[in-house]
Amino acid sequence: MTEKKQCFVDLDQGPVMRILALFARQWVPVTGPHFSLLLGNYKMNHAAQVIAVAAAAILALFGAALGQDDLFQAHAWILFFVLVGAAFLLLNRKPAEAAAIPLRGDGDDAPVYLDGPIRFGAVATLFWGIVGFLVGVVIAIQLAWPAFNIEPYLNFGRLRPLHTSAVIFAFGGNALLCTSFWVVQRTCRQRLFGGDLAWFVFWGYQLFIILAATGYVLGVTQSKEYAEPEWYVDIWLTIVWVSYLVVFMGTILTRREPHIYVANWFYLSFIVTVALLHVINNLAIPVSFLGVKSYSAFAGVQDALTQWWYGHNAVGFFLTAGFLGMMYYFLPKQAERPVFSYRLSIVHFWSLIFLYIWAGPHHLHYTALPDWAQTLGMVFSIMLWMPSWGGMINGLMTLSGAWDKVRTDPIIRMMVIALAFYGMSTFEGPVMSIKSINSLSHYTDWTIGHVHSGALGWVGMISFAAIYFLVPRLWGRKQLYSLRMINWHFWMATLGIVVYAAVMWVSGITQGLMWREYDAEGFLVYSFAETVAAMHPYYALRVFGGLLYLGGALVMAFNVYQTIRGRVRDEKPIVSAVAAQPAE
Amino acid sequence: MSLMDKHKILEKNATLLLVCSFLAVSVGGLVEIAPLFYLDNTIEKVKGVRPYSPLELKGREIYIREGCYNCHSQMIRPFRDETERYGHYSLAAESMYDHPFQWGSKRTGPDLARVGDRYSNAWHVQHFIDPQSVVPESIMPSYGFLLDEEVDGRLIEDALKANRMVGVPYSDEMIELAAADLQAQADPDADASGVEARYPKAKIGDFDGDPSKVTEMDALIAYLQMLGTLVDFSAYKAEDFVR
Repeated sequence: MTEKKQCFVDLDQGPVMRILALFARQWVPVTGPHFSLLLGNYKMNHAAQVIAVAAAAILALFGAALGQDDLFQAHAWILFFVLVGAAFLLLNRKPAEAAAIPLRGDGDDAPVYLDGPIRFGAVATLFWGIVGFLVGVVIAIQLAWPAFNIEPYLNFGRLRPLHTSAVIFAFGGNALLCTSFWVVQRTCRQRLFGGDLAWFVFWGYQLFIILAATGYVLGVTQSKEYAEPEWYVDIWLTIVWVSYLVVFMGTILTRREPHIYVANWFYLSFIVTVALLHVINNLAIPVSFLGVKSYSAFAGVQDALTQWWYGHNAVGFFLTAGFLGMMYYFLPKQAERPVFSYRLSIVHFWSLIFLYIWAGPHHLHYTALPDWAQTLGMVFSIMLWMPSWGGMINGLMTLSGAWDKVRTDPIIRMMVIALAFYGMSTFEGPVMSIKSINSLSHYTDWTIGHVHSGALGWVGMISFAAIYFLVPRLWGRKQLYSLRMINWHFWMATLGIVVYAAVMWVSGITQGLMWREYDAEGFLVYSFAETVAAMHPYYALRVFGGLLYLGGALVMAFNVYQTIRGRVRDEKPIVSAVAAQPAE
Repeated sequence: MSLMDKHKILEKNATLLLVCSFLAVSVGGLVEIAPLFYLDNTIEKVKGVRPYSPLELKGREIYIREGCYNCHSQMIRPFRDETERYGHYSLAAESMYDHPFQWGSKRTGPDLARVGDRYSNAWHVQHFIDPQSVVPESIMPSYGFLLDEEVDGRLIEDALKANRMVGVPYSDEMIELAAADLQAQADPDADASGVEARYPKAKIGDFDGDPSKVTEMDALIAYLQMLGTLVDFSAYKAEDFVR
C-alpha cells in the first residue's frame, strides 16, 4: 500500500541512477532512541564520517608516498582511491532519500530494527558469491589449459587465494554478517546495538575484502592458506571483527527476550572463535611499518600446526558454526515448525565447538608433526562425526510433519539439500582424517572435492536459501519474483556440485594410486608428469561443474534483482502443478 | 533433567555463555600446540640446517608471493614411493627457520622439499620461461617476467632483523653485510667467500644467465637449488631420528 510508495525511489530513472539511489537510500543513520554511541544528531554523524574517511584517505596518500616497497605503495594507492570514492559517495548522500527507508517493527513500543546493513549485506553476498564462483571457474580452466594463465598478475598461484577468500570470506562472510544481524534483532526483539557501528562493520568488512583481493593479485600474501592477507590488513580485520562482536553481544545483552535463542549461541561462538584464531595465527613481525612483508612469529612445525588449527577451524567455525546458526533460524521459520529437539541442540552446540578445535592436525598426517598430535587430531575428527550428524538430524527432523514442503517449497528443498551435503561432507571428513586413508587422499584432488561439497553444497545452499527468505522481507515484497527460478537454481547448483565432487573423487583417487604404484620389478610405474597428464579430462569436466554452479547463482541474481524491483513473474504455481495430479 | 535445567542459566546469561564458549574452544588448541614449543623432537637441531642467505630469503619471498605453495608441497612423508621419488623424508628441523612454513597441502605439481641440485640452473630458467618446453605434460604457468625484475634489496637488513626477532639466529655480521651478500651470491665476479663462510653450502654464481644484474629469477633459483641440500643424510643413521 503506501509503504511501497514511501520506500522506493522512482524506478523510471536510468539503471545507474537507480542503483546509486538504491545504495544511497540504504545508508540510514537512523538515530535509535537510546543506543547511538555517536554523539549528536544525524548531521553530526554524517560530517564525522566524511571527515574520518577523508583523513584516512590522506593517511593512505602518505603511505603511497613513503611506502618502503613497490607493493606497499601500490596497495596504498588502491586504498586512497577507494576511500576518496567512499568520501565522495558519503557527501552525495541525500537526507531526503535516507528518510524514505522503511523501518520495521511489530508494534508501537517495539524497537525499530536496523535493516539497512542487512539489505546491503544480502546484495554483497550475491555479488561476492558470483565473483568467487567466476574466479573459481577461471582457475579451473587454467588447470585444464595452462595457456589461460596471464603472468604475472593472473597466474594460478595468485588467483587461487583470490578464489578461496572470495568464496569463504566475501560470500560466506557477508552471508554470515547479514543473517546474524537479522537473526539477532528478531530473536532478541531489539535493534542492533551501537547505532551506526553495524554500518562500520559492514563497510569495514568490504574494505578488508577489497584490500585482501587486490593484495593477492599484486602479490601481497603471507602464504598461510585462508589467512593470506598481510599484517596491516589483518590488523584492520581485527578492528572490524571486534566491532562486530560489540554489535552482536551488545544486542544480546540489551535483549527484550529472557531467553537467548540457539541460533545466537552458534553465531556468538563463531564470532569469538574466529577472533581468537585470526589473532593468534596472524602473529607476525613486519619488516617495516611502511612495507608489506612480515615474518610469522612461529616457524616450521609450530607454524604448521598453528596454521592448520586456524585453517580447520576456519571450516569449523566460519563455515560450520556460523551457518548452523543460520540453519537454526531460517529452517524452522521457513518450515513453520519448531526446532526438532531442544536437548539435541544443546548437546550439538557444546560438543561441536569443543571437538572441532582439536581436529586441525589431520591436515598434517605423516608430516614432521609428532605422531601423538596426529593421532589426537584423527581421533577427535572421527568423534566430530557425531555432533555434526546430530545437527543435521536436528535440522532434518524439524521438517517432520512438513515433508510435503520439500515438494512444494523450493526454499525448503534448498535447505534440505544443504543439510544433506552437510551430512555427506561431515561423514567424508572423518573418513579422510583416518591416517591410512589420508596417506592416499592427502595432497590430491580428493581434498579439493571434499571442500567443495561442503562449501558449495552446505555453505552455498543454506546461504542461498536464507537470502531467498530475506529478500522479499527486506524490501517489503509480498513474494519473490519467481519460485520456479529457485527450482532452476536448485537443479543447476545441485548438478554442478555432483559433477564437481564425483570428478574430484575419481581424479584424486587416481592420482593417489598412480603416485604409489609399483611394477613387478619394484620400480615406480609413473613419472610425476604422467600423473599430471592423466588429470586433464577430470580438470576439463570440473570446469563444466563449476559453470553449472555459477549459472545457478546468476539465475538467482536475476531473480533477486527483479524481486527488489517489485516484479512478479507470470508463471504456473509450483503447488498446483503437482497437487493437480490424481493419486492412484 | 537437572543438567539441562542448569543449562538454562547459560541461555539467560550472555556473558557466561560467551565465557564458556571461549573456554570450550581454548582447550584443544592449548593441549595440541603448546607442547610443540618445548618437546625435544620438535625443537631439536640437526647438523647443517642454517638460516637462509639474503638472496635465498629474497627467493623464498618470491616463492611465497607467486603462491607456489598452492601447487607444490615441501614435506616428504615417510613412504617408500615418496622417499624414492623425492628423497629422504622431511625432518622438523629442516623447516625450523621457515617463517612461515611452506609444507603446502596440495601436489598439483611435484614436492619441492629436496629439489635442490636436481636440475641445472639453465633448466630452471628455461622451465620458468616456458614450463611446457621442458615438461610437455606440465600445467604450470610461465614466470618469464622474473628475468626482468631486479631484486628489491632495500629492506634486506630489516628483513634479517625481523627474522632475528622471531628467533632466527642471524648474527650482527650477517645483518651488517646482508646487502653486500645479496649481490655477491649471484655475481660471478664478486668475492663470495664471505657468503660461503656465513651460509655454508649456499649456491654461488650467476643463476639466470644474465650476470649484469641480480634478478628475481636469480633469487628464486638460488632458493630452489638449496632446498633440502643442507642436511647430509649419509652422515646420519636412520636410528638417529628415532626417539
